[in-house]
Amino acid sequence: MRIVFDRDACQGHNRCYLLAPALFDVDDDGYAVLLLDGEVPMALEPTARLATDNCPEYAITLED
Amino acid sequence: MSAERCPVTDWQTDFDHTDPVYAADAPAIWDELRTTCPVAHSDRFGGMWMPTRHEDVSTIAHDTEHFSSRGVVVSVFEPDVPAPVGYAPPITSDPPFHEIARRLLLPAFSPRAIRPLETTTREFCAELMDDLVMAAADGTSVVDAAQDYAQHIPVRVIAHMLGVPPEDGDRFRGFIHRILETAGQNDEPVAPEDTMVHYILEKIAEHREHPRDDLIGFLLDADIDGEPLTDDHVLGTIALLLLAGIDTTWSAIGASIWHLAQHPEDRRRLVDQPELMTFAVEELLRAYAPVTMARKVSKEVELGGRTLAEGDWVLLPFPSANRDPEFFERPDEVILDREKNRHAAFGLGIHRCLGSNLARMELTVALEEWLRRVPDFELTDADAVRWAGGQVRGPRILPVRLLKEGIA
Repeated sequence: MRIVFDRDACQGHNRCYLLAPALFDVDDDGYAVLLLDGEVPMALEPTARLATDNCPEYAITLED
Repeated sequence: MSAERCPVTDWQTDFDHTDPVYAADAPAIWDELRTTCPVAHSDRFGGMWMPTRHEDVSTIAHDTEHFSSRGVVVSVFEPDVPAPVGYAPPITSDPPFHEIARRLLLPAFSPRAIRPLETTTREFCAELMDDLVMAAADGTSVVDAAQDYAQHIPVRVIAHMLGVPPEDGDRFRGFIHRILETAGQNDEPVAPEDTMVHYILEKIAEHREHPRDDLIGFLLDADIDGEPLTDDHVLGTIALLLLAGIDTTWSAIGASIWHLAQHPEDRRRLVDQPELMTFAVEELLRAYAPVTMARKVSKEVELGGRTLAEGDWVLLPFPSANRDPEFFERPDEVILDREKNRHAAFGLGIHRCLGSNLARMELTVALEEWLRRVPDFELTDADAVRWAGGQVRGPRILPVRLLKEGIA
């Protein structure tokens, strides 16, 4: 599973950072920063799904 | 302008968000309109629209070309400061100025900046709970969770952040009532020294004389391209922080307590599984989102088969978007561990609530501290609860009985 983060769509809701801190950090302005280089380790797939399903701006997408 | 208003008889063609029926029953009105007339119109306030579907609310929130933020609170008065700055930047600003004004404030409200406030907030809440439990020991066990608990929390936190005395909180609530809850329809004269503008200018002068490391100090030190902010910019932004951070958070805390008072199973789950709180807070925000924003149509546009004319007001009822069955499964149920929850309680698009991290922290801590001291409580009388109307919805009178095992 690959995770794609669209920084332009992110509005800093910080839902991904709260639910998936292993995948997302935030910068000083509160915008999300994806910590991985795309490929999601198997153990983190449910977390990646959670981050995706709670982003109000559809800034996170998953690809199989 | 007269304060006399006719009661609403037809919500599709004559709605009024300041009608007492709307204050009491807004969710039912949104649900009905969403199926019968998803983009409703009213001639009140010079002409306004109310979309109720998530899709339409989201479209407007993301379209700054046709919808301007120069008016975010529907009023009988026209906003008197034009775009792109507006009277309270950045909430009333449009691109491109919006981003400049917002960037300035973002670091002060990021998760990292808010985290250190949690301890102070927890202490405030614990003190309030001490007072509440003591007041309830008079034999009645009844307290008002809105008046005696929820409303004090954001007032104290904002006063702390702005660096003004906590006892100024009563004045904040007066400003909010006058400016937000009556939508400009208040006829009572206000003495110049009682106005919010006078209060803020006084605080700015105090801060200029004795510089301090707080939000007002931060704004006075800030610059845009090397130029200090204009006085109007500083004034407007402080007004925004005062007005936007208080009754909104108060409403979310009160509505969540209102829910928990009626749902012993949800109280029990939160006490037994405190790790559920991260999900529960978002679900309570979805179900009881307090804030409806507004826009001014800046260029004629079609929406849901209707034509919105330049100058019309548009209400953006985010709480209605949060109840749209096309977007959420079982939207009328509170499911504390809901896993798919793209709620819009903090808005959508470039104006996402600047204080969302602060509000989320306050709500979380307020519920944790309440449940820690009083895990069991109930409404004394469901009919005694009073909700605020206008664009910020939440309980303003909320009598609850603290049950015996809770007080012990």
